[in-house]
Amino acid sequence: MPLGSLVPLGHVPILAVTITDATVFAVSAAVIVAGAIGVIAARNPVHSALMLVMTLFGIAVLFVEQSADFLAVVQVIVYAGAIVVLFLFVIMLLGVDRLEALQKDPLPGQRPLALIVGAAGLSLLLFLAGIHWVTGAHSLAGPSGGPGSNVEKLARSLFTTYLLPFEVTSVLLVIAVVGAVVLSRRPSKELEPPEAPAPPEQPEDGRVGGRK
Amino acid sequence: MSLGGPYYLTLAAVLFTIGGVGLLLRRNVLVMFMCVELMLNAVNLTFVTFSRLLNDIGGQSLVFFVLVVAAAEVVVGLGIIVAIFRRRKGATADDLHILKG
Repeated sequence: MPLGSLVPLGHVPILAVTITDATVFAVSAAVIVAGAIGVIAARNPVHSALMLVMTLFGIAVLFVEQSADFLAVVQVIVYAGAIVVLFLFVIMLLGVDRLEALQKDPLPGQRPLALIVGAAGLSLLLFLAGIHWVTGAHSLAGPSGGPGSNVEKLARSLFTTYLLPFEVTSVLLVIAVVGAVVLSRRPSKELEPPEAPAPPEQPEDGRVGGRK
Repeated sequence: MSLGGPYYLTLAAVLFTIGGVGLLLRRNVLVMFMCVELMLNAVNLTFVTFSRLLNDIGGQSLVFFVLVVAAAEVVVGLGIIVAIFRRRKGATADDLHILKG
């Protein structure tokens, strides 16, 4: 697919990139990159979380630009509304919002190596983004364009083609909830290993022993 | 009609690289988690771009699943971080060397 060509405002042919599209993309890209750099450059973790919100909103705008309306809404609600709030809760609950010493380099030579690895990965990804990449056949999920709303098409694909993964997803969420409860629970007294050797038997106590 | 695919793919590549470099550079465990979120979002952008270019709704379905898995990952990961912080006072990944031989 060739690069999208900019056409001047005034005579806009059908299926051409308008100035509005290019402007939306440019502003969103600037917001996304600035937010991402802010995430990794801010010394305070709270600032990192707020910069992450900025990046997520930019990506939601690009989802709308590519007619993925439902995903844009879900992106804002789930990511910016739930995940980042969870991050902020943990940051402020643990009191780790003190400044991190970015000048100190605990591992010698880590920063240049990280930058070299990042530059190599970026050049590889850019090479892959520029070449001809469309291969293979279409999936069975159906077209994303055409008549009908985006929500309807996404729901039809989720509840017919991807029904089994959708159900497995619910199992995954239940497992995550149980895991979070188990991890965040304080260990109670009777489950801790005893300091002194326990008395051999206590018939009047109805508890079942031997549980770790 | 949006811009062509290489623009979006280049932006996603840049975002993914920034997330990866941040994961390698930062010491704070929470900031490292945020960098993982950046990388996941870059992949989501790639999925939506290909969904538009190939006229296939399957890419958007995959983004839906990625969102769910990311939410579950964040919940469990933050639970682990809270459990570690309750046991020891260390904010950086360097302090977590219990398993070091």
